[in-house]
Amino acid sequence: MNLHAVRAIYGFEMARTGRTLMQSVISPVISTSLYFVVFGAAIGSRIPQVGGISYGAFIVPGLIMLSLLTQSISNASFAVFFPKFTGTIYELLSAPISYSEIVFSYVGAAATKSIVLGLIILATAGLFVPLHIEHPFWMMLFLVLTSVTFSLVGFIIGIWADGFERLQVVPLLIITPLTFLGGSFYSIDMLPLFWQTVALFNPVVYLVSGFRWSFYGLADVGVGVSLAMTVAFLAISLAIVAWIFRTGYRLKV
Amino acid sequence: MQDILSVSNLSKTYASGFSALKNINLAIRQGEIFALLGPNGAGKTTLISIICGIVNPSSGTVLVDGHDIIRDYRAARSLIGLVPQELTTDAFETVWSTVSFSRGLFGKPANPAHIEKVLKALSLWDKKDNKIMTLSGGMKRRVMIAKALSHEPQILFLDEPTAGVDVTLRRDMWELVRGLRSTGVTIILTTHYIDEAEEMADRIGVIIKGEIILVEGKTELMHKLGKKQLVLQLPHALTLVPAALSAHDLQLSKDGCELTYTYDAQGERIGIAALLKDLGDAGIQFKDLHTTQSSLEDIFVNLVEGKP
Repeated sequence: MNLHAVRAIYGFEMARTGRTLMQSVISPVISTSLYFVVFGAAIGSRIPQVGGISYGAFIVPGLIMLSLLTQSISNASFAVFFPKFTGTIYELLSAPISYSEIVFSYVGAAATKSIVLGLIILATAGLFVPLHIEHPFWMMLFLVLTSVTFSLVGFIIGIWADGFERLQVVPLLIITPLTFLGGSFYSIDMLPLFWQTVALFNPVVYLVSGFRWSFYGLADVGVGVSLAMTVAFLAISLAIVAWIFRTGYRLKV
Repeated sequence: MQDILSVSNLSKTYASGFSALKNINLAIRQGEIFALLGPNGAGKTTLISIICGIVNPSSGTVLVDGHDIIRDYRAARSLIGLVPQELTTDAFETVWSTVSFSRGLFGKPANPAHIEKVLKALSLWDKKDNKIMTLSGGMKRRVMIAKALSHEPQILFLDEPTAGVDVTLRRDMWELVRGLRSTGVTIILTTHYIDEAEEMADRIGVIIKGEIILVEGKTELMHKLGKKQLVLQLPHALTLVPAALSAHDLQLSKDGCELTYTYDAQGERIGIAALLKDLGDAGIQFKDLHTTQSSLEDIFVNLVEGKP
């Protein structure tokens, strides 16, 4: 294994976060705080408890998941797309580094940033609502698995994108709507029966449900199903990345 | 001299059907400076890109110091440094961080002393903390060379290294290349500036339409394909080349004041003595004479245009 290369890419990506602190960390924290002010304090005060939990506390896992998903995709997709855009990808392709090492480095860095961000948002949430984490191990497991999976999705988008517009299309038009409709701000049993069934086709439901269960022991679907779905998304993403490197799709001619 | 790079039956056909390389066979000797010449679109960059792992070959093999570029890519690539044609840099990085990054990427542990040596050799030391976006084009070109040298490669590919740089920088780069060669680094460069190849290369390869049509030592090439001419300046204009001199294949200038004799400098009989004797016998005097030799550029142009 080319550990020096892995360290170089990982370090390079983490250093980029330092330079883009406003965009990478501060902006999501401010957005999340605004969600708490609007949904937690202003609107939430008029909503009764959900499953015995105050509405403000109920939305914490969903809010973290919202940031985790969008930031994982954004971090990884930009990290891969930018060298393609500037042309510096030549150096990566000509280096003595395997495809799995490339993925490990970029996805590892993107996932690290997302996990740190998730923990920062969790700490921020603690300023607004009393927090209780019933299953801390599972909370961290879901946090890590989700960050890695969606960083892989971001990696795929970064390779697929041939312009900045495409880079934004999937996060804005697919991920964000799915997250909002995935039970981030409500329990799906609050929906009419038909829409409850429809919601089960939304993969984000399983991520939010499992994550929320780790906080409050409260879930829309069984935690085993959530975990299995998360692992399935991870496996699908890995398979797509493996295909990209096997074929050289959008990387090599 | 041992071959450090061996290309066998290499072909590349793009998805569009365009055949960029056709059955290329090429061996590069360790420690030499090899210039690959060819017109635009000849396949120079494609060949380099395949060797470096950026483009997939359609068929054929490439060995770098005995390592196959596909099966044993780690060993092969770690020996290679590449300076691409385009100025592609991380605009927001500092010179120091981007060069250090390249060293790590190529699997070498951090070595600030080596990075310092490279930056000083390229006159970049005082710019080490500058962001690349603040540098001039010539400086960015130096940064790209520094990145390629950061991991101490045995083979350095320079794809149009002096395109768009000023004369001083070109001279500096030539010096740098010679200095690298003296340390045992093999250098393969493509260039549009034929004088660059003439100045630096040990051997020349000419690629046209995806085919290597010639590989020769520079000196041998110039001897083999170069022409020498003797130009005689006449005190009195002639209207025709006298019949007595018809055996010498002379050209008379339009104004009739110059006779040009083209000969093979490597030939057993170059015929100058006989020509001068026949001129004397014909009563034709000359007031001055000089010789000219075709440059590598003339040879290259003739090859590209298919002239003998």
